[in-house]
Amino acid sequence: MTYKVGIPQGLLFYDYYPLWKEFLNELGTEVILSKKTNKTILDQGVSNCVDEACLPVKVFHGHVCDLKDKVDYLFIPKFVSIYKKEFICPKFLGLPEMVKNTIEDLPPIIDIEINLRKSNLNLLKAVIKTGQYFTSNLSKIAMAYNKALKHYERYLDLINQGIVPIEAVKMYNLSLKRNKSFNQNNLNIMILGHSYNLYDEHISMNLIKKLQSQDINVLTPEMIDTDQINQHSSRLPKRMFWSFGRKIIGSAFSAIEEKSIHGIIYVSSFGCGIDSILIDLVERKARENSIPFTLLTLDEHTGEAGVNTRVEAFIDMIRWRGKDESNISTHG
Amino acid sequence: MKVTFPHMGNTFIGAKVLMEDLGNEVILPPKCSKKTLEIGTKHSPETICLPLKINIGNYVESIEKGADTILITGSCGPCRFGFYSLMEKEILKDLGYDVDIIVFDPPDGRPMELLRRIMKAADTKNVYRILRSIVRGGKILEKVDNLIEYSNKIRAKAFNSFKVDTIIDNFYEEVRNVHGMEETSKLIKETRTKLDNVKIDQNKKTLKVGIVGEIYTIIEPFANLYVERKLGHLGVEVDKALKPSSWVKHHLLPGPFGSGEEKRKWKEAAPYLSTLVGGHGRETIGSSIIYAKENYDGIIQILPLTCMPEIVAESILPTIQKDYNIPIMTLIVDEMTGEAGYQTRLEAFVDLLWKRWEEDNHEELLSGS
Ligand code: SF4
Ligand code: SF4
Repeated sequence: MTYKVGIPQGLLFYDYYPLWKEFLNELGTEVILSKKTNKTILDQGVSNCVDEACLPVKVFHGHVCDLKDKVDYLFIPKFVSIYKKEFICPKFLGLPEMVKNTIEDLPPIIDIEINLRKSNLNLLKAVIKTGQYFTSNLSKIAMAYNKALKHYERYLDLINQGIVPIEAVKMYNLSLKRNKSFNQNNLNIMILGHSYNLYDEHISMNLIKKLQSQDINVLTPEMIDTDQINQHSSRLPKRMFWSFGRKIIGSAFSAIEEKSIHGIIYVSSFGCGIDSILIDLVERKARENSIPFTLLTLDEHTGEAGVNTRVEAFIDMIRWRGKDESNISTHG
Repeated sequence: MKVTFPHMGNTFIGAKVLMEDLGNEVILPPKCSKKTLEIGTKHSPETICLPLKINIGNYVESIEKGADTILITGSCGPCRFGFYSLMEKEILKDLGYDVDIIVFDPPDGRPMELLRRIMKAADTKNVYRILRSIVRGGKILEKVDNLIEYSNKIRAKAFNSFKVDTIIDNFYEEVRNVHGMEETSKLIKETRTKLDNVKIDQNKKTLKVGIVGEIYTIIEPFANLYVERKLGHLGVEVDKALKPSSWVKHHLLPGPFGSGEEKRKWKEAAPYLSTLVGGHGRETIGSSIIYAKENYDGIIQILPLTCMPEIVAESILPTIQKDYNIPIMTLIVDEMTGEAGYQTRLEAFVDLLWKRWEEDNHEELLSGS
């Protein structure tokens, strides 16, 4: 029989879905995705998670609730580290445990540990362990993984071209190429935050699309070149040991220093321990370089109207400032 | 050089002895108070965890007393504590203070750098002398920890439990005025004798409660609203899963020197949480299981709002509560925590523990007859 493996559409889904999906498919399983985040999923997450957790972790719990009765396995790897000498968030380290201990009647969880902090060899181990849930044929596992990697690289390419991951998820296996170069006359706004906050349309209240529809070029951390990111984040006086932090700090600093953006909107979830540090660092840098900065803190009670007003006011302020500056330059 | 450091329970006593032993002048931050927290809250990012806010308050108050060098420890993840030093430097710079900040980070591949910083802080290159003073400071710290632990036992059984508070308050005041290892040891001894003279009710039945959670909040009485005193007055003997001396072992003696106690906690926690989660999340699970096995009556977890590792632990604790049939309560603290609500929750919890105790003993009486 074909096993059904459930992947919750939350947290690292936005970064790794194509890889996981192709790999699991190649192994002969059927991948079932939870529904896109909606009110029900959010509510279920909130009531099946400790109050103190941050919004995306609650939402993730909601996705697990959505899937648990439909699948034979749940795919919730334990992400310790995805990069040498770095960590993700403490909450990712304990994610499978948080889920197991708060939601009842779960199918078996594939909670293999992914820890690349010391060496990449561990990845191989994780891949084999996952494969072994479904086959004992090692070469089949290796082949499945290699194929999956190819799809994944195409996905990363699309993102690098400026296509946001939500669209890239739909597109990575189409051979269609779309060149979405930035319009020179538009405002360039950088949106910072964790992928699962930015690209979850329900959590972020469609912020990216809303801005794009107002002739604004949206730049996200995923679209900045990795070398640039590493180079800029390594200038911090203290080594950035969070992978999210490196991406957010590196991409923000690089865009700020190149003066390629007109403003920054930081989307954060209430209670995010990592953001409390990152926001402060980015805001300081933006201030030093006179780049407008605003913070949107989201939780389960945030209303869309309020967010819209804040964003509009921010954009108006930037456009107004822009006019002002060009006045000065023509006269002076 | 006039050095200072942030408060964290008794650590200031060990650190003071260490620095004085090396012949340095120490400026102690005033005891943590509402004012300390107000200063800290005002100048720190709103959503940062509580310990950083109190630290900032400590620095400002010490600088106002003349300190020009701040000693702090650090880490390299996975928790926020690893960025405390960076943030704190920025904040003090914003405030316009011209102070030297020396950070003791784990070596992170550069052991000589750590040594260089230690020599700078100690104001001597004599490694032997430095080591000797560290050992002395450590010994004192352990003695103070034991003293406080002892006072918690006495408080629960004392006829007049507030007497114990007075003795301990006096100790904390006097300790600021004595200098070096000998004088401090003497004071500890005298205080112990005073505690011995407090009249206790040998037959009084007390409850035993273990405190687990985020290390700073457990160790710094101001951060946990003096939880051990509050519980002591309710006839509860308190044991804390983490002590300043265990913190020193954890941070300064990593790897093979790490304590066996810590390893035991990890082992106990393994069936529920197999890896580290930063901070002391894994220890919280392990300690809770150990308390349960040692027949404690209840467990209280304390954490600062938004503390990441402890939130992971918090979601696992209900399973421990069920598997081991032991009541566990979680208390969350931040700058808004009110005294009254806190006290009420503690009282309600202790009431519950007493009821359970009575029920159990009632059954025993019945089955025994
Ligand atoms: S990084 Fe922040 S938002 Fe993400 S899981 Fe951790 S605390 Fe939550
Ligand atoms: S363990 Fe908790 S309180 Fe300590 S730095 Fe981490 S989040 Fe903050």
